[in-house]
Amino acid sequence: MDQTIPLLILALPLCMFLVLGLAGHKMSHKMAGILGTLGMGTALVLAYTTAFTYFFGGNFVDEAGNRLQHIVFNYDWLAFTENLIIRLGFLLDPISAMMLVVITTISFMVHLYSLGYMHGEKGFQRYYAFLSLFSFSMLGLVVATNIFQMYIFWELVGASSFLLIGFYYTKPSAVSASKKAFIVTRFADLGFLIGILILSFYSNTFDFVTMTQAPGNVLASTGGAVFMGGSVLTWALVLIFMGGMGKSAMMPLHIWLPDAMEGPTPVSALIHAATMVVAGVFLVARMFPVYLVEEVALEIVTWVGALTALYAAIVACTQVDIKRVLAFSTISQIAFMVVSLGVARPELHEGVGYMASMFHLFTHAMFKALLFLGAGALIHAVHSNDFTSMGGLRKHMPITHITFLIGCLAIAGIYPFAGFFSKDEILVAAYSNSMMWGIWMTAVAGLTAFYMFRLYYRIFWWNNPDYSKHHHTPHDAPWTMTLPLIILAAVSCVAGFIPFGELVTWNREAYEIHLNYPIAITSVVVALCAIGLATIMYRKENSLPDKVADKVKGLWTAAYHRFYFDELYLFITHKIIFNLVSRPIAWFDRQIIDGTMDMFAEVTNKASEAIKGLQSGRVQSYVLVYLLGALLVGVVTVICMVL
Amino acid sequence: MIEEIFSNILIYFVVIPVLMLAGLALCKNIKQIRAVALVGSIALMALSVYVLVDYLQLRAAGETAQMLYTDSWQWFGPLNIHLAVGVDGISIAMLLLSAIILFTGTFASWKIDPMPKEFFLWLILLSTGVFGFFISIDLFTMFMFYEVALIPMYLLIGVWGSGKKNYSAMKLTLMLMGGSAFLMLGLIGIYYHSAPEGGQLTWNLVEISQNNAIDRDWQYFLFPMTFVGFGVLGAMFPFHTWSPDGHASAPTAVSMLHAGVLMKLGGYGCFRVAIYLMPEAANDLAWIFLILTGISVVYGAFSACVQTDLKYINAYSSVSHCGLVLFAILMLNTTAMTGAIMQMLSHGLMTALFFALIGMIYGRTHTRDIREMGGLMKIMPFLAVCYVIAGMASLGLPGLSGFVAEMTIFVGSFQHTDMFHRVFTIVACCSIVITAVYILRVVGKLLFGPVQDEHHLQLTDATWWERFSTVSLIICVAAIGCFPGFFSDLISFTFSENIFKVLGIN
Amino acid sequence: MEISMMYYLIPSLIMFCCGVYGFITRKNMIAILISLELMLNAVDINFVVFNRFLFPGQLDGMFFTLFAIAIAAAETALAIAIIINIFRSNKTIDVDDATKMKF
Repeated sequence: MDQTIPLLILALPLCMFLVLGLAGHKMSHKMAGILGTLGMGTALVLAYTTAFTYFFGGNFVDEAGNRLQHIVFNYDWLAFTENLIIRLGFLLDPISAMMLVVITTISFMVHLYSLGYMHGEKGFQRYYAFLSLFSFSMLGLVVATNIFQMYIFWELVGASSFLLIGFYYTKPSAVSASKKAFIVTRFADLGFLIGILILSFYSNTFDFVTMTQAPGNVLASTGGAVFMGGSVLTWALVLIFMGGMGKSAMMPLHIWLPDAMEGPTPVSALIHAATMVVAGVFLVARMFPVYLVEEVALEIVTWVGALTALYAAIVACTQVDIKRVLAFSTISQIAFMVVSLGVARPELHEGVGYMASMFHLFTHAMFKALLFLGAGALIHAVHSNDFTSMGGLRKHMPITHITFLIGCLAIAGIYPFAGFFSKDEILVAAYSNSMMWGIWMTAVAGLTAFYMFRLYYRIFWWNNPDYSKHHHTPHDAPWTMTLPLIILAAVSCVAGFIPFGELVTWNREAYEIHLNYPIAITSVVVALCAIGLATIMYRKENSLPDKVADKVKGLWTAAYHRFYFDELYLFITHKIIFNLVSRPIAWFDRQIIDGTMDMFAEVTNKASEAIKGLQSGRVQSYVLVYLLGALLVGVVTVICMVL
Repeated sequence: MIEEIFSNILIYFVVIPVLMLAGLALCKNIKQIRAVALVGSIALMALSVYVLVDYLQLRAAGETAQMLYTDSWQWFGPLNIHLAVGVDGISIAMLLLSAIILFTGTFASWKIDPMPKEFFLWLILLSTGVFGFFISIDLFTMFMFYEVALIPMYLLIGVWGSGKKNYSAMKLTLMLMGGSAFLMLGLIGIYYHSAPEGGQLTWNLVEISQNNAIDRDWQYFLFPMTFVGFGVLGAMFPFHTWSPDGHASAPTAVSMLHAGVLMKLGGYGCFRVAIYLMPEAANDLAWIFLILTGISVVYGAFSACVQTDLKYINAYSSVSHCGLVLFAILMLNTTAMTGAIMQMLSHGLMTALFFALIGMIYGRTHTRDIREMGGLMKIMPFLAVCYVIAGMASLGLPGLSGFVAEMTIFVGSFQHTDMFHRVFTIVACCSIVITAVYILRVVGKLLFGPVQDEHHLQLTDATWWERFSTVSLIICVAAIGCFPGFFSDLISFTFSENIFKVLGIN
Repeated sequence: MEISMMYYLIPSLIMFCCGVYGFITRKNMIAILISLELMLNAVDINFVVFNRFLFPGQLDGMFFTLFAIAIAAAETALAIAIIINIFRSNKTIDVDDATKMKF
């Protein structure tokens, strides 16, 4: 494939970032916004072209009909040793092509949406610059040809996420949220880095293609080395997954994501719902053949995912901030993907879990972005994040209402919306692995439907508060904001019918999706029951929710406080790291280490003070001493001569 | 003889500063002083770029000698002391770094007050020492230049400093002199063991290393001497305490030059003298110093987390980053050492940037306490953005210099297969998280958030000379970050075969 | 009676001891200077005496003495000048009070 288009896909957002970052303050808002959107639009067209050429061009299939991994270009960037070389390249394969489509689509929608949403904000140009930087980094991440390139862009997306969360930098909560996001993910990246170090040492390459084509070699080269009860490879893979846990907000490293909602809502849609947070899933998918070698690592992945999915779903049922609900729902849905990868085995339905995970990633990106953008429109209209100050909005904002409903139906997994198909495949994979995971995930899917419709009813039904005391009654947003909603809603309706199995599978062989009716029907029934329950509880204003909350008071309060994870982290960082490590070290440094140095000086001073009287400056006393000395010498001499 | 000397290009690294000194002595007003300082530093920068290009061409043409442009003129016969010069990729990188920092330092002290003439005289004298040190390959001459670089620091801090300047200046000088005492002992020891078969004793480090002259038992004694001697200047735990006080009191340009270049003298010396000449002892004793430097890395970072004075934060961060330099040098393999040199470059540039920015902020707000400032992003966006970039470089954002240096070090260090080295590598890796903590803490408190002090709203953003100085440093930081291959090739060529043949390792 | 060398040396010794004693004990600078001169003169006497008795044919000792007297004169002039200046600034010529240049 020609290099120009892939290169442009990466170069365009980067150029936009540089142009808007350096010259943005000289431009008008409109100019900057349109420039950024156009740049992203062009990248979108190019990415679609690339993906289309890859999937349907026919050139990237081998004789057996399997899709190929194609390295479009791969430049040496920094050579550590002969084999360990960081290259910057462009790897085209099913998942990267799919991700190109996802990222550019959502990013373009968000660019467009932000024209309206961020209208008149101070730092509008800066906002677009950061969006471009993020798009560049994310695109670079998904097309990485080697694990170190991925790490580089991994860090860059982290930084751009930091910048965007902290966009309202005068707001202390936004600043601390951005700090938290960066530090928590940095901590996870430490694991990722160490994992890379271990893995690359044994495999002697950073290259994904080399690593994944013969994953057994990696295991062989470790020579069965064991560290603290686990094989070295397990450790490496778990540590690498730790990086993924940080970015994808898996428990217990999820705490940054709900706080990250301090950023502008379109940013939440782009980064913290659709693209960056699935980087962890993407990472595991990318390394999947290597993970298959060490099934223990996959077991751990499954457990982490399953626990997170349940945890986040429970917490989402109790939150009142609509963005927080969506954030926990995101965590839960990503956990679905993680579980799906964790339970995937080649021998179980030809590794359907892998395909399902990627499928869900794709559909989730669409409907979650839709939900977030819808939430943005609501916040834009009501000027509040809490659904307690909303209600009955279906009459005021019909377009938002319909699109939001579609999003909710999609995420709840109702036929024929996108979520149904992908979730069904995940459940198939889970049941095929073990009954426990199947039931577990079905239950979580039910919870999903419940909390989403709780949210939906609270926003659009419940009661009809008096909006007249607002500046204006809530109404639908301008077209720049509604158009993305409509497009995404349309995509959410039809995305399920994409023959995903033919495009993306773990070994790049085509796989035919067929609905597993028992599982599909079960899950739809569960979802419908949950929706029914939500309808009973939240359709009209009533006291039932409070009664239920009172019944399970302990659980409810704990969930409302997100099971005290934040408090735990605060305790660890402030009480332990700051007060028990940093401060004593600083004290030790000042008092003991520096004190010792000062003591040397002090001793010298004291000593000189003590003998300084001898240098009185009085010649007379010198003479006296001299004389006595001379006498002494004389006497001694005489005595010696006599003796 | 004189003509011979002046036909060697390297000698101009010393001649130009000396000419600058003469020029400064004749200056009558601040404009002339600035002109002389500027012309001189630009000349030095041009010279180092020229040498870099020429060096690369020579290498491309197949020049394989270890040092290029070598020359040697005796200046004290009885002890066989020479003015011997020569450079390899590492020295050139260091020369370039020094020239850049001197250049930007000149801009940073554009409005120095009082006694600008004297200030620049001492500053240039200091840089004479620095340049002389990097071009020398004769141990004695090297040591002499080393001392020339240290002494002016006392006056620069004592006279133009702030805060507890007398205390800091005295402490810094005494501690570094203490290091020098060890060093002198080590160097004399090396001299007397430079010819084991009773030949002519020599100070020339190329000759000593080629003969691998020093016998093993003596190495065990001399290696710690020289390593500690230089290590003091490299802020090695527990001899680092001069650094926070010294930096906090020093005026901007001096902090820049000191953290940016002078601390690199330590790392460079450790590498060029201690490890280069005594590889066997280095290999056997490395573990002691690995522990110390490993502590430095984490300890410095943790200490920085709770400081409230901007300069203290950066001084401790320097302890951490410079600790990483020594740490990587001690790993004794090409990758880690390349990383060490890159870290020197990277740390030099970004810490100079930091100190320049702190100086500028301090010049406006008259406080360095982060608790008393806030929301500076709103008041002085340019400086604030630069500070964020510097912070990002420091915490290792890809695309800026810190990342490539640290990664090279970590990957290199991890090539050791034994548990000890690996555990310490992982410990050192932890510093990237702690660095993020203290950098973001400062960024969050100082730049973001609401404005703390109403009076700060009146403050102005950067002037043109400040912009020039920071932007040129940022460009350099980004250049290393974006094109690390160039620098790593420049540096790593020097490692090939020469040092490691003794150890049989690579 | 033959006047032996001792008759000269003993007074010279006494003079020298007086000089030393005065130099050590006196606080007045002029007195110290006088004591100094006393010691110097004692030495001068010794020179002359040794020359006269031990090397009668030579004059080296005499010349030394003459030099010493000349130098002593110059030195006294210098010392007096310094003392006068100290007096002008300090209003006293007590050695213990001349501490202005002490660290």
